[in-house]
Amino acid sequence: MTVLLSIATGFLFATGLYMMLRRSITKMLLGLLLLANAANLLIFVAANPVKGQSPLVAEGAQALEQSAANPLPQALILTAIVIGFGVLAFAVVLFSRVYLHTGSDDSDQLTGTES
Amino acid sequence: MSFWIPIVLLSPLIAGLLALALPNKFALRPAVGLVGSLTLLIGAIGLFSETADGSIAVYHFGAWPPPFAISYAADTLSALMVLVSAIVSLGTAIFAFSDADKGASSRGYHGFVHIMVFGVCAAFLTADLFHLFVAFEVLLIASFALVVLDGKRDQYEGGFKYVALNLFASLMFLSGIGLLYGMLGSLNLADLAQLAAASDEPAKLSLAGALLCAAFSIKAGLFPLYFWLPASYHVPSSTVSAIFAGLLTKVGVYALFRVIPLIFAADWSYFQAWLLPVANFTMVLGVFGAVTQKNLRRLLSFHIISQIGYIILGLALFTPLALAGAVLYLIHNIIVKTNLFFIAGYIESLRGTGNLKYLGGLYKERPGLALLFLLSALSLGGLPPLSGFWAKYMIVRACLEAGAPISAAVALFTGFFTLFCMMKVWTEIFWKNPPESAPAATAAAAAAAAGATGAIGTEHVATPVVPVMPKGRVFAAVSTIVVFNLIALGIGFFPEPLIALAEQAAGQLIDPSDYIRQVLGTMP
Repeated sequence: MTVLLSIATGFLFATGLYMMLRRSITKMLLGLLLLANAANLLIFVAANPVKGQSPLVAEGAQALEQSAANPLPQALILTAIVIGFGVLAFAVVLFSRVYLHTGSDDSDQLTGTES
Repeated sequence: MSFWIPIVLLSPLIAGLLALALPNKFALRPAVGLVGSLTLLIGAIGLFSETADGSIAVYHFGAWPPPFAISYAADTLSALMVLVSAIVSLGTAIFAFSDADKGASSRGYHGFVHIMVFGVCAAFLTADLFHLFVAFEVLLIASFALVVLDGKRDQYEGGFKYVALNLFASLMFLSGIGLLYGMLGSLNLADLAQLAAASDEPAKLSLAGALLCAAFSIKAGLFPLYFWLPASYHVPSSTVSAIFAGLLTKVGVYALFRVIPLIFAADWSYFQAWLLPVANFTMVLGVFGAVTQKNLRRLLSFHIISQIGYIILGLALFTPLALAGAVLYLIHNIIVKTNLFFIAGYIESLRGTGNLKYLGGLYKERPGLALLFLLSALSLGGLPPLSGFWAKYMIVRACLEAGAPISAAVALFTGFFTLFCMMKVWTEIFWKNPPESAPAATAAAAAAAAGATGAIGTEHVATPVVPVMPKGRVFAAVSTIVVFNLIALGIGFFPEPLIALAEQAAGQLIDPSDYIRQVLGTMP
C-alpha cells in the first residue's frame, strides 16, 4: 500500500509541476490543485501509516499501544486541505478575473506590470 | 508563561475581525484599526522589555505540556521583529488617512491589513513548524485580498503572479514539513532541533531542509526566484505597498534565520554553499534591475530585493558579527524601506503619477520633502552616519574576517550602485525641470487622477491638474514620514543599544540551547 501511495504521490507531483510550467493560466491553476493534493498525500505517506490499528486507548490501559496508528498526520492534512481549499478558491476567482480583464489566457501576454 | 504574547497575537486579530464586521460608518473601521495598532505596539513594547535582557518568553496555547502544545516563544530577534512590525503597522494606520480613496475602507482594507499583521506576528513568534505554515497562509490570503483590493487590471495581472508563485512556495513548504515530520516525528522547532542533532543521517534531513529553504527564498524574494516581487508590489495602493515592502519579504527572511540554523546546523556547509552565491546574485541583480526603472514604486521594489541580499549574506556567513549585522540591517531596512514607500505614495498623491518621466521640480514646492527623501535615500545607500552605514559596515567587515573578500566587494559595489540609483531618482523628482508638456491624458486617466488616488503607478499618464490635497491628509502623510525618518536617524546616531541587541540576537541564533530549553520547559 505504501509503495502504491508513493508512486501516486510522485505521479501527482510530476503532473502538477508539468502543468505549472504551461503558459495557459487555467493549466497553471490545475497544476496548483494537483500539487496541493500531492503535498497532502506526501505528508500521509511520509508519516508511515499503519492499517487497522486505531489510536484508541484500551479500557484500563494508561497509554496507546506502540503499534497504534499516528493520528497527527491526518490532523495536519485536514488543516492543510482546509487552508488549501480556501486559498485555491481565491485563486480560481482571481485567475478568472485576470482572463476577464485582459482577455488572454496566455501568461506570456500578461506583461502590463513588467515595465 | 508570558502574557504579552497573547496580547501581541490577539490585538491585530480582534482588530481585523472587528473592522470587517463593523459597518463602514462614522470612521469606525479606521478607529478600530488605530486602536488595534496601538494595543499591538503596547504589547510589543512589553514583550520587548521582557526579553531585552536575553531571556526567552514562552507561551503554550491550551496549556498542554510541550512538545504537544502549540508553543510560542520570543527571543531577542522575535521580539525586535514584532516591535518593528508594530511600529510599521501603526505608521501605516496613520498614513492611511492620507489616502483619498474612500472605497478601500468599504472593501475591507482595515480588516485585511490587521489580519495580515496578525499572520506576520504569529510567524515571528511561533515555535512550531506547522504553525509557521498556518501563519504564512493567514498573511498570504490577507495580502492576496489587499493586492487586488481596487479591482484594476494591473492589480489582477500583478496579483496573478504574486498568488501563483507564493502558493507554489507554500506547497513546497508543506512538502518539506511532511518529509521532516516523517523522518523526525515532531513539529515543535525546539524538539526538532534536538531530534535533528541526534539524527545519524543529517544529509537525508537536508533534503527536507532544501525544500524549506527554497520555499522561504521565494517568499523572501531571493535570486533567482524574485520575479514576482517587482511585478506585484507597485500595483496596490501606496499604503498597502508600503506595509508589503516593510513586512512581507522580511517574514521569509526571518523564517530562514529561525528554521535553517536551528534544525540543520549539522549540515550547515551544504546550506552555506547555496546561500552565499545566491546572496551575491540577489544584491547585484536587484540593484541593476532598479537602475533602469521609470516607475518610482517599481524601482523601490527592486531595491527591496537588493537589500534582502545583504541580509542573507549575513546569514550565510554565520559568524557573530555577520549575524548581528544582518539583524541590524533587517531592522534598519524595514523602517527605511517603509518610509521610502510612504514618500513615494505621498509624491504620487501630490503629482498624480509615479512615473519619473513626468515628475520634476518638486524641490521648489516641497524643500522639506526633498530633505526627508534625501535622508532615507542616503541611509539606504549606506552613507555614514545614517542607519544603513552601520549595518553595511558590520556585514562587509564580517565578510573580510570570514575570508569572503568577493562578497565584501560585491556588497560595496552594490552599495555604490544603490547610492547612484537613489541620487538619480532624487534628481529626477526634485531637481529636474518639470516636463514642458504633459502628454494628453485620456479621459479615463483624468477621471482617475481627479480622485488623486495615484494608486496605479503603471498608468504612464500625467495629468496637468491634480487637485490640492486637503490639510488633514497632508498632515497624516507628512507626520508619518517625519517620525519614520526620526527613527532611522536615531538608529544612525545612537546605534550602540541596537547593535548590542543585535549581537545578543546573533548569539541566540548561534547557540540556540537556551531557546530549546525554554520552549521545551526542561531545566538545565
